[in-house]
Amino acid sequence: MQQHSKSMEEFLAMNEKKDLLRFSTAGSIDDGKSTLIGRLLHDSKSVYEDQISSVRKASREKESDEQIDFALLTDGLKAEREQMITIDVAYRYFSTPRRKFIIADTPGHEQYTRNMATGASTANLAVVLVDAKGGIKPQTKRHAFISSLLGVPHIVLAVNKMDLVGYDQSVFEAIKSEFSYFAGRLGVQDVRFIPISALKGDNVVTRSARMPWYTGETLLELLETVYIGSDFNLVDMRFPVQYVLRPNQQFRGYAGQVASGIIRKGDEVLVLPSMKTSRVKSIVGFDGELEEAFPPMSTAVTLEDEIDVSRGDMLVHRHNQPKTHRRFEAMMVWMSESPLDHGKSYFFKHTTKVARFRFDEVRYRVDVNTLNRMPGGTMGLNEIGRVVCTSTTPIFCDPYSRNRATGSFVVIDPISNNTVGAGMIIEREPSDELPNRIETVVSEKDGLHLRRSLVAPSDRAARWGQKPVTVWFTGLVGAGKTRIAYGVERRLFEKGAVCLVLDGENMRLGLSRELGFTAEGRAEHLRRVAETARLANEAGMIVLCAFVSPEAALRAQVAEIVGGDRFLECHVSAPIEWCEARDESGLYSKARSGEISHFAGVNFPYEAPVDPDVVLRTVSTDSEECVSLVLDLLRDRGFFPCAG
Amino acid sequence: MPADNRGHFNAMNEGSMMNRRTMTHLRQLEAESIFIMREVVAEFERPVMLYSVGKDSSVMVRLAQKAFHPQKLPFPLLHVDTGYKFKEMYEFRDNFVKEIGADLIVHKHADAGRVSPYEYGTQKCCAILKTQALLQALRNGNYDAAFGGARREEEKSRAKERVYSFRDEFGQWDPKNQRPELWSLYNARVNRNESIRVFPLSNWTELDVWQYIYMENIPVVPMYFARERDVIVRDGQIIPLDGPIPLRKGEKPERMLCRFRTLGCYPCTGAVCSPARSVADIIEEMMTIRVSERSTRVIDHDAEGSMETKKKEGYF
Repeated sequence: MQQHSKSMEEFLAMNEKKDLLRFSTAGSIDDGKSTLIGRLLHDSKSVYEDQISSVRKASREKESDEQIDFALLTDGLKAEREQMITIDVAYRYFSTPRRKFIIADTPGHEQYTRNMATGASTANLAVVLVDAKGGIKPQTKRHAFISSLLGVPHIVLAVNKMDLVGYDQSVFEAIKSEFSYFAGRLGVQDVRFIPISALKGDNVVTRSARMPWYTGETLLELLETVYIGSDFNLVDMRFPVQYVLRPNQQFRGYAGQVASGIIRKGDEVLVLPSMKTSRVKSIVGFDGELEEAFPPMSTAVTLEDEIDVSRGDMLVHRHNQPKTHRRFEAMMVWMSESPLDHGKSYFFKHTTKVARFRFDEVRYRVDVNTLNRMPGGTMGLNEIGRVVCTSTTPIFCDPYSRNRATGSFVVIDPISNNTVGAGMIIEREPSDELPNRIETVVSEKDGLHLRRSLVAPSDRAARWGQKPVTVWFTGLVGAGKTRIAYGVERRLFEKGAVCLVLDGENMRLGLSRELGFTAEGRAEHLRRVAETARLANEAGMIVLCAFVSPEAALRAQVAEIVGGDRFLECHVSAPIEWCEARDESGLYSKARSGEISHFAGVNFPYEAPVDPDVVLRTVSTDSEECVSLVLDLLRDRGFFPCAG
Repeated sequence: MPADNRGHFNAMNEGSMMNRRTMTHLRQLEAESIFIMREVVAEFERPVMLYSVGKDSSVMVRLAQKAFHPQKLPFPLLHVDTGYKFKEMYEFRDNFVKEIGADLIVHKHADAGRVSPYEYGTQKCCAILKTQALLQALRNGNYDAAFGGARREEEKSRAKERVYSFRDEFGQWDPKNQRPELWSLYNARVNRNESIRVFPLSNWTELDVWQYIYMENIPVVPMYFARERDVIVRDGQIIPLDGPIPLRKGEKPERMLCRFRTLGCYPCTGAVCSPARSVADIIEEMMTIRVSERSTRVIDHDAEGSMETKKKEGYF
């Protein structure tokens, strides 16, 4: 082997250190998606010369233009080349010195919702394309909805064909604001906007001189730098056993891929469903033993004790177990020509387990263009709905929003063997089974009866020109909840509304002053907040509550106390790094040093709302704009008439 | 064979990777491929691994060793031999299989030796000696799942291939009727006589494969490395004179420093003019040359979309 220059060795070393970003692309037929991908591949120099010349050959038959038709680089199958449409998910690859990229290129055609779901299922990020000239179409919203349904953490709206609108900033801003509102309703955590022209190359790989008003990143810069380190769940250890390795009588290894969390040598583990416990003796592989394994590693573990473990079982930590359910609810994408059949027994595959199950009920279907709910019944091809299922054996699952690996399943038709549905498990249980419970000390059956007020709600609404509602701002410390809540109060007051702000400070200093931060203390604190809000609502006021409230289960119970029809959940969302950086209270450093416990995001999990009424992204949206979004929400839901 | 080229850089990377609890792209690809192989072995009765002697096969076998360590490979390797492979490939194959202790099945079509691309044309020759022979071998062995080293990046029609590619009882692929494949939940249900082809390297690129060979120090056929060879230049392709190749009028053998990017049958596999003598050289070269891998295969160019046509008939 010959000597290589230092730079070559450095290059190889750097190349081995690259990480991986999987993203999906979706767009309507004329949004220029294939052109965009062709442009990314071409400008990042991932397209080889002979592929370009074969495309030149193919485009010549179609048109005389010598310009390369980038779309032909990506449209693979003969059939679709003839029909001029992309008909199936296609995977493309390219890399830059920083990252390797896998693109799931999904067709935008109406009947191919299933392909879009397929592409989104493994994506860290979704690029949704919109034609600047045509503006946001129903399909754009559908793409964003499916991406959010499949739990894609980052969405980029690429406003394409800016060249056709004269690179006009106002066109971009109008599309941005319309989409922001919609994305807020979807509860997507991270949305970015980039004005581009795929055809001319503006802001795709290189910065455009024709849009000096845009100072953000190019699409490729964004793809290279978007932070994906927290996309894997490192908290809840789940190790589904895939295969038992038995080379001889002495060795029994359980092979599998770590679905989430960290498994360490010496850990006490619980085997589901047998509930037997043992310790991890070793984590073994071809390259030697490991001290620990984390997702998405494929590895094998041996246990101290000889206990019976087989494929389909799951190793977990005793203090952090998944739910064990035979009956569960899920969002379902139906992917078969034959509609969902209630009488039929289907197979499902969940982690490494295959079992029989049936559908008990379709609670509702979702109109993917308007997000409106439609009556259930059954589901047809490319429909999305919420279902209740019962399985013949218990499954060990987490909500999909928390754990993609243990929250997802596919449905298989027992006759055709086709994959006919994709399910995402939702956490929903009767509130008396919830682990963190708000205890109701006094209830009507103890002899206390609520007297009816002589003032009717409609009288109060007529007097004050508003309907009572509780807006619940949840989010990390430092995300900006309280600032926004008081901003909304000020704006509402100016427009003549009557309102009240409840926040951690004014409650903890008074009404809840004796309560601590234990699980019971937090539950009781929120119960008092909820009851206060309810009383103020009954007096006709609009109540703005700003509380970290990291536990989804407790928020659900607060909503129950206040009354679900007058409760709006508002997620004030910002990355923890950002919150921590602007924290002046010193709470984060105290939490980091362990001085404070139960601190959301540091030593206590923050469970983001699955389906909030609005998401306020304080990193990219200034607080005045956030306030306006809340006022718009109040107007749209009929609580207060003035727009923000 | 390349010398041990694992420098201190590698050790350092792996160390820092562990601390940050994130995995590099190669380790993620490796984990995905191992997961796929274990799923197949757990859910199918009679899996087999197609072994073509090339670099992708070498990587696939290494991943299989990792997937089932410390057990031996739970399936045999199957080489569909056209009889037109290069001498170095046969030598390498036999040594490699012996060294790792794998079971090898070699299958040749009954007409091998009688059919040649010169009389039948490349399409037909390939259809008989590769596609038909493969289907025969799978039928003979009653295999219900066959691993192949194909990658989606290689060719446009492969970009839409599933990891589990379903085949009917005639081994045929229907691009319009593929099962949706979400997350890593692979649907393994097939009827009797139906089978699947499995592509554990689906998401790997040619560069990933070489990078992994470099990192893991995996042995590959020395034909990938440059040396002086006797060749003829025909229709823009550099054809090595490794077997009895009938010369056309006016063709003159010449000596050239060249190597192979893909290994196929000697009448149809072109070499590339290259001085790359090691894995690191090859990677360096890949960063500068801009010709895609399969362009040195004569057969792919025969007609627009020819790979797709072959695949519908049962080719890998």
